[in-house]
Amino acid sequence: MMAALALLPLIAQLAHQPFWLDLATRLVILAMAAASLNIILGLGGLVSFGHAAFLGIGAYAVGIPVHHSIYGGASWLASDNGLFHFALAVGAGALFALVTGALSLRTKGVHFIMITMAFGQMIYYLLESLETYGGNDGLTLDVRSALPGIDLDNPAQLYWLAFVILAGVLVMTWRLRDARFGLALAGARENARRMAALGHDVTRIRLAAYVLAGAICALAGALMANSTAFITPAMTSWPRSGELMFMVILGGAGRILGPVLGAGLFVLLEEALSSFTTYWHLPFGLLLILAALWQAGVFTTRSGGART
Amino acid sequence: MNTALFVTQLVNGLQLGVLLFLVASGLTLVFGILDFVNLAHGVFYMLGAFISASLAALSGSWPLGVMLALPLVALAGAATERLVARPLYGKSHLAQVLATFGLILLADALAMLIWGVEGRTVALPAWLQGRVAAGVVELPVYRLVIIFSGLAVAAALYVWVHHTRFGMLVRAAAANRAMAEALGVDTARLHAVVFILGAVLAGLAGALITPITEASLSMGSDIIIVAFVVIIIGGTGSLKGAFAAAMLVGLVDALGRAWLDDLFKLAFPAEIAETAAPAISAMSIYILMAAILVLRPGGLFPPRARGR
Repeated sequence: MMAALALLPLIAQLAHQPFWLDLATRLVILAMAAASLNIILGLGGLVSFGHAAFLGIGAYAVGIPVHHSIYGGASWLASDNGLFHFALAVGAGALFALVTGALSLRTKGVHFIMITMAFGQMIYYLLESLETYGGNDGLTLDVRSALPGIDLDNPAQLYWLAFVILAGVLVMTWRLRDARFGLALAGARENARRMAALGHDVTRIRLAAYVLAGAICALAGALMANSTAFITPAMTSWPRSGELMFMVILGGAGRILGPVLGAGLFVLLEEALSSFTTYWHLPFGLLLILAALWQAGVFTTRSGGART
Repeated sequence: MNTALFVTQLVNGLQLGVLLFLVASGLTLVFGILDFVNLAHGVFYMLGAFISASLAALSGSWPLGVMLALPLVALAGAATERLVARPLYGKSHLAQVLATFGLILLADALAMLIWGVEGRTVALPAWLQGRVAAGVVELPVYRLVIIFSGLAVAAALYVWVHHTRFGMLVRAAAANRAMAEALGVDTARLHAVVFILGAVLAGLAGALITPITEASLSMGSDIIIVAFVVIIIGGTGSLKGAFAAAMLVGLVDALGRAWLDDLFKLAFPAEIAETAAPAISAMSIYILMAAILVLRPGGLFPPRARGR
């Protein structure tokens, strides 16, 4: 699967289908965001419903410095240097994850879902209130991030950069899963009380996973901003978080390549259904309901999975 | 401070609080009793708005439209409970989240098919359009009507839950579901009634707000997160908590929007105040939620220990 993805730009060029490359770039970036969610949702078993906020944080970490570098103001922030953008995205994403994660992890179960959702929506309203950066209308990136040796205006180069980072994230998730940290995280998922009794600081382990996931997802957001060259607060609205969750579940929560599969299916589904009907959310919603009922074992006799 | 503005914002805050209570009260009962995450609760709010607007246009009478809309919302609630919610009671929160997220997409797409993407407005009857003098200001009659009808519903709910046999069973199930079941309470019926009642209350809130704003597709998704914030602040399963938190959130939001600007100008230079104040007031209720979480992780009225 990854090999096919690596060769995609060449195939798209040979087939004279530049649109395939757009689609594949979207897939790879969404897969990166889903892979980061997979760390907390899949490995950690924490149902976070505010993950799209990190996409927005990463995107605005590119958009805001670029805006100031062109239109002046806030000289300490103005820059079109891509390394600065990406560092800012990762830093801001990690910081937001640290603060909201520390608060959200004081609760569990339903409360955790609602609180992550609320913090995600907080970012949405915050971005919407920033009139300087377009408010609700969003921001157009007049230039992309400038990187040494890589031209992000070239779609194929942007794609390969995203692809390499995705591959790195996947390898890291894989190494992490089998490391002490990943095992402790999985242990906390299965039985938090027992892990605590064994002397592990469960909240701290989970918070570390949450911060890592937030930083990676913000990086995905920075790439997304470069890919679309147009960012709006709508990127962070909670239905986007739901879609990321859908990708992780569909690909198989906790499986290393699951997010890529899930993102691939999502992008194809979105493309196929929306060309077939403008009301593509109708079959998509129905599919989600059926998938959830199936996952809970409603259609089979076996009883449902572990409670979160 | 300007007294007239203060009274006006107070009334706006109370009105928002009352509507939030109508949406959150049903949601908190469903959480508390069924331990069921219903992301799609906002759908009933939207349905109440659209159905009442359509029926008001058909019948030529807004009060009649609202009265006819509520049984239809109840029907939608009953169908949702039977087909989607009931199979998922006691199953993983993840499955519940996915299914109800799918339900939102489905419902929004259906609403778009039926009512189109444009919002629906409703004209109030003449006797509700006036203003009354209240000391230094004139207040719109209709806003007072919303506040008083909301308070009346809150009072009726209180009496129902605390002074009727069925309410006692509801409280019993909320305190300890397993024990209530063991004592022979027909929990399936109880669940259905609570779920449908919640749907009708949300539908009523949607119908009541329509003459002021309009019926729109995004209204359900917009209110549901704030309703979650109310439940987190109030404490899951507590009507008292939902009421107190709804009023608190309504007032903080309305007063924050009006005065944060002035407050900030006292402490910061004008240009900082001008950007920071709208941003902070957009986030005010989430900051309130975070503060409550730090001080009282279980909310203002935390749920007592309960069995499953």
